[in-house]
Amino acid sequence: MSITPYRVLVGPEGYLPPAAASRGILLPEKGEALIEGAIVPEEEAMQAIATKLLSAKNPFFFPGPQLLWDWKEGVALKAQAVKKLADLAGARVIPMPDYRPKYPMINPAVEINPNHPNLTIWHNKIDVCVFIGVHCHYANMALKIIRGGTSCYTIALCGEAGHEDAMISLCCMGMPELARLTEIIQSMKGEQAA
Amino acid sequence: MSIKVIKPTAAFASLLPTEYLELVADGPYASPKTINDLGTFKEIIAEHPHCAGCGVALGVRLTVASLPAPADTLIVGTAGCSFFGLAQAALNYSCSAFGNQNAVASGLKRMLKIRYPDTDKDVVVLVGDGGIADIGLDLTLHSWFRREKIATIMVDNEVYGNTGGQESGMTQEGQVLNMAPKGKNFAKIPVFELARVSGCVYGARVTVASPKKIGRVVRKAILLAREVGPTYVQIYTPCPTNFKFPPQQTINIAKKAEEGYYSFQEFISDDAQAYWEKNFASSTM
Ligand SMILES: Cc1ncc(C[n+]2csc(CCOP(=O)(O)OP(=O)(O)O)c2C)c(N)n1
Ligand code: SF4
Repeated sequence: MSITPYRVLVGPEGYLPPAAASRGILLPEKGEALIEGAIVPEEEAMQAIATKLLSAKNPFFFPGPQLLWDWKEGVALKAQAVKKLADLAGARVIPMPDYRPKYPMINPAVEINPNHPNLTIWHNKIDVCVFIGVHCHYANMALKIIRGGTSCYTIALCGEAGHEDAMISLCCMGMPELARLTEIIQSMKGEQAA
Repeated sequence: MSIKVIKPTAAFASLLPTEYLELVADGPYASPKTINDLGTFKEIIAEHPHCAGCGVALGVRLTVASLPAPADTLIVGTAGCSFFGLAQAALNYSCSAFGNQNAVASGLKRMLKIRYPDTDKDVVVLVGDGGIADIGLDLTLHSWFRREKIATIMVDNEVYGNTGGQESGMTQEGQVLNMAPKGKNFAKIPVFELARVSGCVYGARVTVASPKKIGRVVRKAILLAREVGPTYVQIYTPCPTNFKFPPQQTINIAKKAEEGYYSFQEFISDDAQAYWEKNFASSTM
């Protein structure tokens, strides 16, 4: 019997892609990260994120409720750092303020909803996206839908255990990690300009 | 819930869709609202997708505007037309599998009591007649037998509206519907009477033709459920689509029903009456 290891690659993978966890993709430990299903050192994944963002045609950040609403100490500062990072990477921002399905439909030009994230991606022709501040179960659901139906490259900057359903995922993302990623993007931009 | 939870972070405030900003500025949280304030605050996130003249949509709006403490209220819903409005209401909302609402609400109420021992958290079930009288009847009755401190509100359109017009237990005898071509062959299930004998300390039966009454009874049901025991409100919410009447007739139809088989009714237990008199006798509502 041959077993081909499952890779979390850019889609469209087709209707109902499997949960990456069910295909043996494990979550990283602190200091590690995931690139397309493989565990790598965090620094390597940050470099890969910077490369992806800076070479994207139309990158977007999707901040979730944990960053959009000022619900606890430290969130406002983190939101500021994320906005700075997005600006530096030349990415635009579309918020995910609500997880509930919205009827008749969301306005894909101004928001993204985890139940049909493909609408926002198709409408805005997004080729690389970054999830941040989205609660884990909704992020995984949306990441799977994106992998299933679009050709968008997904990146998750997760404050918790990471997202095996994203193509690149960091875990334990706090202020120091945000600062390091910002620094990498800054220096990569400098090199590109030079 | 702290009002802070719905304050946008400065970095992203300008990127939030306008309706969320309006929700923060004009939502029901900051100061208490009543039915009389409807139209002056934002109780729903977007235009709702109900049919024109939908009685359920009106019943949901009137209920939402009657909550004594919206920021500390958790609405529990289930499948059905009532779900659509709630999915966009400016409230904490939890959707349960069809019929499970009173079991889910019981668990949430107990959990909230443990998590927030010093704050009153109101758990309110807001569900259609099919969800309560048919598939969820056992779980509803058992929550009442157990004296769970939750308010149950039925938006009764006398049909499975959302799935195209099957009869529900609350459909009137003889009523012909899209998917009941021979007419229903038994009477409305007496859920209101069942509430009285199953442990509810307060019950009210109203129609959307009487918004102020809805305001009064919903508030009373929630405040009594907080301290005394389970309560039940049954609101007649006519459905123009399945009963094939013009949308502008909804209120007239509700009014007519109120003059006949859907007359206003109320019951209250001695305990609840004593508690009400002690705590809210001077209340204007
Ligand atoms: C377990 C389960 N069975 C059936 C359904 C399909 N279903 C969705 S809504 C509905 C009827 C809802 O009727 P009612 O509670 O009267 O609400 P209304 O739509 O009339 O407001 C049904 C049967 C479901 N969602 N789940
Ligand atoms: S089918 Fe009836 S209850 Fe459902 S949205 Fe339409 S009018 Fe309202």
